[in-house]
Amino acid sequence: MTRRILIDPVTRLEGHGRIDIRLDEAGNVSHAFFQVPDFKGFEQFSVGRAAEEMPTLTQKICGVCPTAHHIAGTKALDDLFTAAPPTAARLIRELMHTAFIFEDHLLHFFYLGGPDILVDGDPAKQNHNVFGAIAAMGDTLGRQVINIRKKVRAMNAMLGGSALYPVCGLAGGVSKPVDAKMRAEIIQTSTDALALARQLLAVFHDKVRKKPLYKEMVGNPAFNLSTYYMGLVDDNDRVNFYDGRLRVVTPDGRPWACFSADQYLDHLVERTDAHSYMKPTYLKKVGWKGYQDGPDSGLYRVGPLARLNAAKAMATPLAQQEYERFYDTIGHKPAHNTMLYHWARLIEVLYAAEQMVTLSRSQALTDPHVRTLPTQAPTSGVGVCEAPRGTLIHHYQTNANAIVERCNLLVATQNNAAAICLSVEKAARALIKNGVVTDTCLQQVEMAYRAYDPCLACATH
Amino acid sequence: MKSLDLKIIALLCHWCAYDSADAAGRSRQDVPPQIREVHVRCSGQVDPAMVLKAFAAGADGVMVLGCKPGDCHYRTGNHQALKRMRLLQQVMAATPIHPQRLRLDWVSAGEGDRYARLAQEMVSQVKALGPVDAKGGM
Amino acid sequence: MAGPPTIALYWCAGCGGCEESVFDMAEQLIGVYEKTRIVFWPAALDARSSDVEALADGEIDAAFINGAIRLDEHVQMVRLLRKKSKCLIAHGTCAHMGGVIGLGNFFSSKQLLACAYQHAPSMATPKGPLPGQGADTGTTRHPLPGLLPAVLPLDRIVDVEAVIPGCPPPPETMAQVFDQIIAGVLPAKGTVYAHQKALCHSCPRRDTRPERITVSRFKRLQDTLWDPTVCFLAQDLICLGPVTRGGCNARCISANMPCRGCFGPTTAMDDFGAGAMALIAALMADGDETDYEALIESIPDPAGLFYRYSLAASILGKGRRP
Repeated sequence: MTRRILIDPVTRLEGHGRIDIRLDEAGNVSHAFFQVPDFKGFEQFSVGRAAEEMPTLTQKICGVCPTAHHIAGTKALDDLFTAAPPTAARLIRELMHTAFIFEDHLLHFFYLGGPDILVDGDPAKQNHNVFGAIAAMGDTLGRQVINIRKKVRAMNAMLGGSALYPVCGLAGGVSKPVDAKMRAEIIQTSTDALALARQLLAVFHDKVRKKPLYKEMVGNPAFNLSTYYMGLVDDNDRVNFYDGRLRVVTPDGRPWACFSADQYLDHLVERTDAHSYMKPTYLKKVGWKGYQDGPDSGLYRVGPLARLNAAKAMATPLAQQEYERFYDTIGHKPAHNTMLYHWARLIEVLYAAEQMVTLSRSQALTDPHVRTLPTQAPTSGVGVCEAPRGTLIHHYQTNANAIVERCNLLVATQNNAAAICLSVEKAARALIKNGVVTDTCLQQVEMAYRAYDPCLACATH
Repeated sequence: MKSLDLKIIALLCHWCAYDSADAAGRSRQDVPPQIREVHVRCSGQVDPAMVLKAFAAGADGVMVLGCKPGDCHYRTGNHQALKRMRLLQQVMAATPIHPQRLRLDWVSAGEGDRYARLAQEMVSQVKALGPVDAKGGM
Repeated sequence: MAGPPTIALYWCAGCGGCEESVFDMAEQLIGVYEKTRIVFWPAALDARSSDVEALADGEIDAAFINGAIRLDEHVQMVRLLRKKSKCLIAHGTCAHMGGVIGLGNFFSSKQLLACAYQHAPSMATPKGPLPGQGADTGTTRHPLPGLLPAVLPLDRIVDVEAVIPGCPPPPETMAQVFDQIIAGVLPAKGTVYAHQKALCHSCPRRDTRPERITVSRFKRLQDTLWDPTVCFLAQDLICLGPVTRGGCNARCISANMPCRGCFGPTTAMDDFGAGAMALIAALMADGDETDYEALIESIPDPAGLFYRYSLAASILGKGRRP
């Protein structure tokens, strides 16, 4: 007798999803499908809007990563109006964005997917959540994590109005400079962030990596996907969240492509899946071979694990040490096991904190000159950044009066769309056999998507 | 829906427009039955909220008639109307409610034939657009 | 209520920002968890829709619903939550007025879908079916929920007791609401958790606002350098503070950017855009018809600006009250 298992809704992520698993007569998985019932139509209803409103408008795609959209949108305006921001403005933006990634990664680690690997025991007890994570990690550390997020978000509010809704982005600059008093606060917050990042990695190595479930899943090929990887890198091919070129590597680590974001249409394509609102993307020159991995499939991944795989190094010393330790431990690069996203994410937390400290001490940060006025009529602009969950591209075309005529968005998790579906399917097939379905099986099927830190409102916009 | 069922609210200022409507009635001008007259002190009393309330209450068209520029009893009331209604029409142009469903015009006291003509034109215009349909499109 | 209050939090066509406004209560959230029984919160906890169906009617004391009503399944979920709850709170601007999602009402559902799934420049399958079209309707996959003809605010589908405005609301306000519920007091019908007066009254630049403001031409942000201490309207930049409810602590103003109205209208006006239009018209310098046309031309996209958060609640955005 065929059986259906429906996980509805999926939880501890951003957005709507359900997992629909069908078993055949023998009790093995015949279909396992990740559906995303989420759609708003931003690309259409941005048409007719004033270009200067786009960084705050597109930010409403996602209240978990509004800063990423704000930054990508603001950079698209720089390009649209041909107005390069002064150094201080660029520093402010990179600082705000990097700090945001620091705290958003901690949101995932503590509130969303992280409890899967922090909290032991029966998932039916329903304490795989932030409250269980605090209990598991200890009240002191738990409250430290909560507090550092509060401080970092307060710092971003000082820079951009609100961490929930930054508004400071303008074509060619930002609306508000940093003064000496603000700098002092920023330095303090960044220093505290770095201390906590180091502490968290130590806890991760000492405790989390040794947990039986984590060890088992990291070693289980059911959670491996042999894909291409993409991320922004600086001039030295090191991970950068704010700017750079997009570097793609093959499943066996060879460089595949390296391009600036305004060339994205030559490299990245999306397609429609009739059963879901999420549009999977793939590499144009490899082609779509269905939901499968391997070098002949154009399926690629983004986000923390992918960024580390696609880069050659980290740009800050402590993160670089952790990067080397990561690949030494795994034994090969790229790393393909999806559970390693959790580890890679903490390495990025460390990098973000180190980068915050560096930017906070930059001489030019307090320069009052933060605006460049446009001198050319707008036509088209592309802005890119790395959102916490992956590469984010905003592309606006306007008329000469800067009214949007066309808007195209490739949003973070969307780049992982096919991989997420495939990971869920692969996990279900491997774990559910002969009609035996336990809570632990289903927990691991969900862990297969949560490790990506999916943001489905972003992926569908 | 029959064109007789179309509803057009006519907001008529006391000093000129309402009198012109009266004049049209007295001289038996042909004022279409779809027009529902509403008496206001001044066209400057009409704000966008009032117009939108009319549409929300079921109007298919709204006509605002005031004194000719320079003749406003309150001096600048018709200028307020002009600023507001032009802005509202610009906004409506982007929405499912067509801006031609709102008309602002001027008429003098006693100009019954002009009133009747404006009313007839408005009804033709709204007939061509059809009734407002809040669910599907307008 | 006997025992800890029972709470639910759900999202329709939202973005997670309202969830973040609760997470931003930081340590206070731990206190809320300890003093309440949260039965459903997909962002943070693992309860499923079937757990909500299994509750008794009215078992939930207060359900916070954020996001606009965009898909048919949102209608089903909010009706379910209405049945199971004593009190529904519209959490955030999308539930309150449709929010930015409501801008979709400038277009038809077909247009929204075709743009994303057929006409995108990066689309490899432009002639492919739209999601939900010609798809397997349930044999091997769950049917895909469909778009409603228009986005709606929450109160067009179910009765709502209270509103927490803001995109998203400030965490301090969220904490205030939870504290009240924990103290055993559910909001009275019609409660709005924001200031009665417009933002203008509590704006840090209030003292720089002249008695009379007249504008001959509105300026645009990218072309303009402005004084960070002076009222935006006095510098020919559009700010909707005079017609927007206060309660946000002027967070955008403190970043040196003008207000865009996310807290919605004061009690003076039902339709936010109508209030915004009245404001702008009142600021326009006197002249002739040509002057007014030029002045209006200087506002790019007035419809999108004035109705940015509230189109779905307006008759102009198919928001006629049932």
